[in-house]
Amino acid sequence: MTIVTDTGTWVRRNRMTVTPLLFLLPGILFFVVYVISPIFQSFGISLYDWDGLGAGEYIGLDNYRELMTDRAFETSLRNNVKWLVLYLLAIPAGLFIALFLNQTVMGIRLYKSLFFFPFVLSQVVVGLVFSWFFLPREGLLNAMLGLFGLEPVNILGDPQLATYGIIVAGLWPQTAYCMILYLTGLNAVDPEQIEAGRLDGAKGWRMLWHVVLPQLKPATFIAFVVTIIGALRSFDLISIMTNGGPFGSTRVLSFLMFEKALGEYGFRMGYGSAIAVVLFLIMLVFIGYFLWQMWRDERAARR
Amino acid sequence: MFPTPIQKRSRAVQITYQSFLPLALILWLLPLLAVMMFSIRPLSDFSNGNYWGLPSSFDLFSNYGRVFFESNMPRYLLNSLMITLPTVVGAVALSCMTGFALGIYRFRGNLLIFFMFIAGNFVPFQILMVPVRDLTVNMGLYDTKTGLILFHIAFQTGFCTLFMRNFIRALPYELIEAARVEGVAEWRIFWFVVLPLMKPAIAALAVLIFTFIWNDYFWAIVLTQGPGSQPVTAGITAFNSQFVAQYHLMSAGSIVAALPPVAMFFAMQRHFIAGLTLGAVK
Repeated sequence: MTIVTDTGTWVRRNRMTVTPLLFLLPGILFFVVYVISPIFQSFGISLYDWDGLGAGEYIGLDNYRELMTDRAFETSLRNNVKWLVLYLLAIPAGLFIALFLNQTVMGIRLYKSLFFFPFVLSQVVVGLVFSWFFLPREGLLNAMLGLFGLEPVNILGDPQLATYGIIVAGLWPQTAYCMILYLTGLNAVDPEQIEAGRLDGAKGWRMLWHVVLPQLKPATFIAFVVTIIGALRSFDLISIMTNGGPFGSTRVLSFLMFEKALGEYGFRMGYGSAIAVVLFLIMLVFIGYFLWQMWRDERAARR
Repeated sequence: MFPTPIQKRSRAVQITYQSFLPLALILWLLPLLAVMMFSIRPLSDFSNGNYWGLPSSFDLFSNYGRVFFESNMPRYLLNSLMITLPTVVGAVALSCMTGFALGIYRFRGNLLIFFMFIAGNFVPFQILMVPVRDLTVNMGLYDTKTGLILFHIAFQTGFCTLFMRNFIRALPYELIEAARVEGVAEWRIFWFVVLPLMKPAIAALAVLIFTFIWNDYFWAIVLTQGPGSQPVTAGITAFNSQFVAQYHLMSAGSIVAALPPVAMFFAMQRHFIAGLTLGAVK
């Protein structure tokens, strides 16, 4: 019989530190190289005038100074705000559809899946589907407006309307996402509390507001996170539906950045990075808030 | 249950609800139904202005046939597959390991590393674009599938780690302690105790990542160009300029491009939704 002693190799003695380290190593390596360090590099590049090929020229904050007077930047920023505010409509809309579908009738599962499945489509396809839907001559929307005797509208061709048209397209999958979050949340709502609420005479809106919504808080939090991040990340739809037009009226920061750095107007990597930094700082406000919330939950759940 | 189950309501309400359901669904999917209807029409319908009447002939097979035989579409689909599958395997493998390390062990900086992964997962793509493109060019991987795959694996590891770590946290910790008492080596605990329990999480992540990566467009246009390596999301724009204004073919093309993740979703629905709604219930 062998006597177990604690005098194994160094690795064996320190296995509770070495093991997690080794397991983390490849993941961290990938993540640092491709995600963390590029963030800092972009901050650096934003101080240069660089076409992406040769050596760049250090110009300090000139790129940021130029941003202040760039009309395209101003339009983009304004559109980002529109996206942010209107995209949040996906949350109540998703809750509404979830409440509508939270029944147990024949075939309801299929209905739920079919309501959800726009989320599975790529944004590129959503963009194409909606740009054809909005077409002034061939589009179904105008065919339907025609039935009511209304004049056709060219939504994506009108600088006043185009951004709203794209946001509607974006809301379609986003609402589906929020709906599925709420459907899952509703599934877990405590039936005893609902019964207690009923006994207290609560129903309809009051029940929803005072009894159900508080229990849906985790779902609402995730819906907020994904909707806000989604709104600020909008790029695909704009690129597909209008390519920033008409007259640059549908640009947002993410799109403007791409256009400046890789688009047809030349490779201004430094200027593009400056735009990316601004977008990043805007998002950082939200990311910071989300992380703080999650951090609090983690602390509370510490075992 | 909220709202009140329809079975407890009057007959009239029930009938209204039952008949409203399909109507609401048609309204919801209307833009998509329009595209499906376009995709079975012949070209002549469009030149005659017959957009919404009965199709003058049923051209489903010839339209979709042309998508497959007269364009680069099969090539793009294959590229998408060859980009998506390795990414799924890579990201899931890496995050099984990071999730294990962060979920089981207590060490200084654990929470900090975990939050680094979460935070990175939220950043705008544009802040990564220039350096990542530069790195890919310098490695000689620009316009290759490998270049795209490597980036996707790295980026998805953020979300996957969040997912895996939380899943592992919910496993009964006693199992691991029992194994340790038995003197099982740590890596064997990972392989023989934890990994088998992670199967549902692996399935859920795999279908989610498949969909995310298949649908990626931004990184495809930043890191690749041309039919040699571009996935279908990027290829569809080239496809559309090949068949410009031929709505019947463009419609069929975009339906083909969208189909694989849709099929994946319907086949693996339970896993997909379980993955997507993790954390929506406490």
